Amino acid sequence: MANKNITCTVNGKQRTFAVDVRSSLSDMLRGNAGLDSIKHGCDVGECGACTVLINGKPFNSCIYMAIWAEGKDILTLEGLSDTKGTISDIQQAFIDEGAVQCGFCTPGFIMSSIPIINKDTPSSREEIRKQVAGNLCRCTGYEHIVDAIEKTQKKRIAEKKQN
Amino acid sequence: MYNFNKLYEPTSVEEALRLKKEHPEALLLAGGSDILIKIREGKLAGCDLINIYMLEELRGICLEDDGSILIRPLTSFTDVSMHPVIKGHVPVLGEAVDQIGGPQIRNIGTIGGNICNGVTSADSATTFKTYDAVLELTSMDGIRLLPYAEFNLGPGKVDLRPDEIMTGIRIPKESYENTYGHYIKYAMRRAMDIATLGCSVNVRLSKSKDSIDRLRIAFGVAAPIPIRSTHAEESAQGHALDAALLEAVAEGALADVTPRTSWRASKEFRLQLVKELARRATKAAVEKAGGTING
Repeated sequence: MANKNITCTVNGKQRTFAVDVRSSLSDMLRGNAGLDSIKHGCDVGECGACTVLINGKPFNSCIYMAIWAEGKDILTLEGLSDTKGTISDIQQAFIDEGAVQCGFCTPGFIMSSIPIINKDTPSSREEIRKQVAGNLCRCTGYEHIVDAIEKTQKKRIAEKKQN
Repeated sequence: MYNFNKLYEPTSVEEALRLKKEHPEALLLAGGSDILIKIREGKLAGCDLINIYMLEELRGICLEDDGSILIRPLTSFTDVSMHPVIKGHVPVLGEAVDQIGGPQIRNIGTIGGNICNGVTSADSATTFKTYDAVLELTSMDGIRLLPYAEFNLGPGKVDLRPDEIMTGIRIPKESYENTYGHYIKYAMRRAMDIATLGCSVNVRLSKSKDSIDRLRIAFGVAAPIPIRSTHAEESAQGHALDAALLEAVAEGALADVTPRTSWRASKEFRLQLVKELARRATKAAVEKAGGTING
């Protein structure tokens, strides 16, 4: 099968990958780009473990053709740390709130939560649950995950008010 | 790696139509939330694909000069539910597609795919049925306008010819104006689930808001294809807003549905849901229209 060059922005840097046209975006990001936060869980869009942001919105990278990534702006969990490798507030909140047990689902949950934690007005717990309804966790029972997202959203809203 | 055979990548609708004519067996790949999964499961392994996902001309929503709402087929469920034209004129459609899957699926899944798959559980189907949607089906020979009422031929079978691509869904102004709608999806889970039964109702009340001027009701998973209930609609016409209205709609609905037993639910449970969802959705639509059910 033919290879194709795909040029897109990954975690703020423009990159070009030569991919088999049959690749999924998860194949490209994990295989070609070496971004191991992307998990191959169910591979059929059920579990959310492969979630990345494409132009700011969460997508399951396992059911997204790599060739569709041409020209897109892609953010993965690796792109949340600063240049020194310090993790972001949402990652720290997951640790502090006990929202991580086995950790397999965590990168996907964190990526799904990015649009919510950047909102200007507080979300109800029900709204938070709806935004992460496409992610499965078999360990935590979800309460601590919602806690971590709620806490980070509140923190960010408070920071915006100060500035 | 997806196990498909050939991949065609048209850069315009015109080119896609030519490819579809030359390769009628090739499948149109829109958002892929059904096709890519079926390829993974092996059901469609080895198929040929025409990738139309990148065709921006097939994306977007607008209000046309005659007041009809035009939805291009590649518009994602998220974009349908967020769009001001949908929120302003047919909010029930946005509320229905906001209950599909989860956020990631609503970002990739397309409204055209939901219709063209032809499944009875499609969450947008019932609302399009109640609003007399008209489909724009395009081939190299021209455009064919087909009432959505005639599109579903059987489970998973639709009247889309091998050389055609669906290029638009229109909701006529006379169908949606002054109406208020409500959709209920009954499923076992609150997300990432397929409807056990779906019911979409919209009403137009009389000027004095004490009777039904027009009621439309459709069901998903109550028959092999999504269906309107004409018995329910006729019995509601001109009816006062009272408990008897809800009973008339529920009983009328029972006359039109033919649900089956599946692993999700029994036929008997679905019949119970038909009555109950008909009552509840009608009541909610009447209340949204500013009416009150008396007694």
